[in-house]
Amino acid sequence: MKYVDEYRDADLGRALSGEILSLVEPGRHYKVMEVCGGHTHSIYKYGVDDLLPANVELVHGPGCPVCVIPMGRVDDGIALAHEEGVIFTCFGDMMRVPGSNGSLLEARAAGADIRMVYSPLDALRIAKENPDREVVFFAIGFETTAPSTALTLKRARAEGVTNFSCMCSHVTIVPPLRALLESPDLRLDGFIGPGHVSTVVGARPFEFIPADYGKPVAVAGFEPLDILQAIVMILRQLAEGRCEVENQYKRVVPYEGNTRALEVMAEVFELRPHFEWRGLGFISHSGLKLSEAYGDLDAERRFSVPGVRVADPKACQCGEVLKGVIKPWECKVFGTACTPERPIGTCMVSSEGACAAYYNYGRFAREREVV
Amino acid sequence: MTSDRVTSDAQSASGYQRPDAAGPGQDAGQDAPRSTPAISDREQKILGIIETARGKRAKFRDEKINMAHGAGGKATQTLIEAVFVPAFGSETLGEMGDAGIVEIKGLQLAITTDSYVVKPLRFPGGSIGELAVNGTVNDLAVSGARPVALTLSLVLEEGLPAEDLRREVEAIAAAAQDAGIEIVAGDTKVVERGHADGMYVCTTGLGRRDPRAELSPSAVRPGDRILLSGSIGEHGTAIMLARGEFELDAEIESDTRSLWPAVDALLESAGSHLRCMRDATRGGVASVLNEIARSSAVAIVVRERDVPVQPAVAGAAEILGIDPMYVANEGKMLVFVAPEAAEDALRALKAVPGCEDAAEIGEVRTEPPGMVLVQTSFGGRRVMDQLVGDPLPRIC
Repeated sequence: MKYVDEYRDADLGRALSGEILSLVEPGRHYKVMEVCGGHTHSIYKYGVDDLLPANVELVHGPGCPVCVIPMGRVDDGIALAHEEGVIFTCFGDMMRVPGSNGSLLEARAAGADIRMVYSPLDALRIAKENPDREVVFFAIGFETTAPSTALTLKRARAEGVTNFSCMCSHVTIVPPLRALLESPDLRLDGFIGPGHVSTVVGARPFEFIPADYGKPVAVAGFEPLDILQAIVMILRQLAEGRCEVENQYKRVVPYEGNTRALEVMAEVFELRPHFEWRGLGFISHSGLKLSEAYGDLDAERRFSVPGVRVADPKACQCGEVLKGVIKPWECKVFGTACTPERPIGTCMVSSEGACAAYYNYGRFAREREVV
Repeated sequence: MTSDRVTSDAQSASGYQRPDAAGPGQDAGQDAPRSTPAISDREQKILGIIETARGKRAKFRDEKINMAHGAGGKATQTLIEAVFVPAFGSETLGEMGDAGIVEIKGLQLAITTDSYVVKPLRFPGGSIGELAVNGTVNDLAVSGARPVALTLSLVLEEGLPAEDLRREVEAIAAAAQDAGIEIVAGDTKVVERGHADGMYVCTTGLGRRDPRAELSPSAVRPGDRILLSGSIGEHGTAIMLARGEFELDAEIESDTRSLWPAVDALLESAGSHLRCMRDATRGGVASVLNEIARSSAVAIVVRERDVPVQPAVAGAAEILGIDPMYVANEGKMLVFVAPEAAEDALRALKAVPGCEDAAEIGEVRTEPPGMVLVQTSFGGRRVMDQLVGDPLPRIC
């Protein structure tokens, strides 16, 4: 496949692997966090760990859109889906996330009209095809997906579609990163910055990481060579005593981001004072809701949702997994009570979740050498 | 000990403490560069616990049937192992082959049955009628049985255009003729509009076990080579695109065909060196390999680079975020063969029309038992697990 295979070339991978070896200080243990779940997925899918010495450890971060949705939000979604006349639409991964009383998938089996969509525009199309029904779109994701939700809402407004609304659970990437860096649980050496989010926000918002916390950042793409190259960039900064934001994903990420997308987001959304994250608790100014101008398209205003905070199941350690404090296999229920077919936590549901990636791809003894 | 160990050993928020935080195995690795520490003892132990949990007979705990129960992956397997096999108590059924072998006065017969509910009824490269013959013929063929006779049961929806029925009957007749199988009995039912999607087709196949065949899913042993009879993922991808749910267009045709000629050629060239054959339908190559790894308690290692995939299929899979290893085929099989016969078997296979792209894709090993590992084209390794959930219902 042209424009894809180039980034999965085994020879280039070996060359970068050699470069990493040459940059590693013998005996030192490096912990590098990949912020984004897309990276976690790629790392396991391609077996990137096999090209790293054992003392370069990749720590999985909080950037998985499905993983960070708290149980109460799922319950709210299910309550909306059961409202008379509602067609509830969401992305596929979201359907399997357990709420306190089952998942959206189970709610569908119980009779609610819940449909999987690939884009918010699909949801808008369903609304236009079903003028006598209320269509609700469950919007999730970081700044990566927020602009497409914003554009869809603008289009709904422009086309005068009145039976469409949005249950907005979009979140932003910087506040959880800051919360994580403030946490005493973790000592990291650097960050692989989230490539998709950065296509929208740019690389500049991550400057606080080197400036305030003294950690290097390399914003990276999602192919295995991208990830290895980002690790080289981080290790080189460490070796040379530099500390800055570098952009490995220049082919897609402009340093200043996508100003048009940011404008649309600013028009349609506003920051919530605080938003609850799965396992991380409430984080100030970390979630988006519809702005006053688009308030009439806000499903949470149009319908009443319970909005009850539901505590995570006791056994579930998704929070610590999302913070990189524990590895997936260190969770008490990993792989026994919590599996992809019967997930307890969100990290086992999404393909971008660290637990699902480790369970599906990484569940074997991987011998590696320490340098 | 490096400082990061100290911080990560700290008791975490939930009060969960790492029991062997200062385990000697890990420290030895860190203090002695270039030694060969595997993963930590504790991770190894937990992996062991997980495999034990997976090895247990699955329990069927769902309250309602959902689409995953029909997807050919984990949920289907659980349903069969936990509900059907124990209820019927048949030893033959318990072997979980593609066809059951029945012996009558020294004559070994293979019998198999299948229902076809594919949507849409026609798709590039085939239709429900053709599928209903080839699918059942292939279950006989990979069981080492020469297809002999077929029964045909039709469930038709009120309002189905007669033209559609006639067309499928012709497709069934043509496919049966190609496969050399005779349709000897049949049944027709009609249900009210809305109770069946156009038509469903059920076929039962009877075959005569070939004397050259000594096949069993549990006969696979370490060292065996794994052959694949051609490129994968075409049927599932063709159906997916034919439904028009994705705005994607590609020239991909279903691979539906009878596998008996390929099986015949393999039996001729490798005979008793053939351990096991399976057609890789729902759940794809990945599901078959997992079933074999489990039933034979062996490890399977697949070289991703050697698995043939047409560029259009690889492209569609890339865009849709699916792995062709899990996508259904309707004319491809996996062959486990003793190493000494692998080369001849592959040559024989490649000479069969439709199998020109056949390849040796991996081998059977001892460790870790029950697991399928992939050597990725990129140079890493990963697990290739059973299919969970149903990415694409009603493909056959």
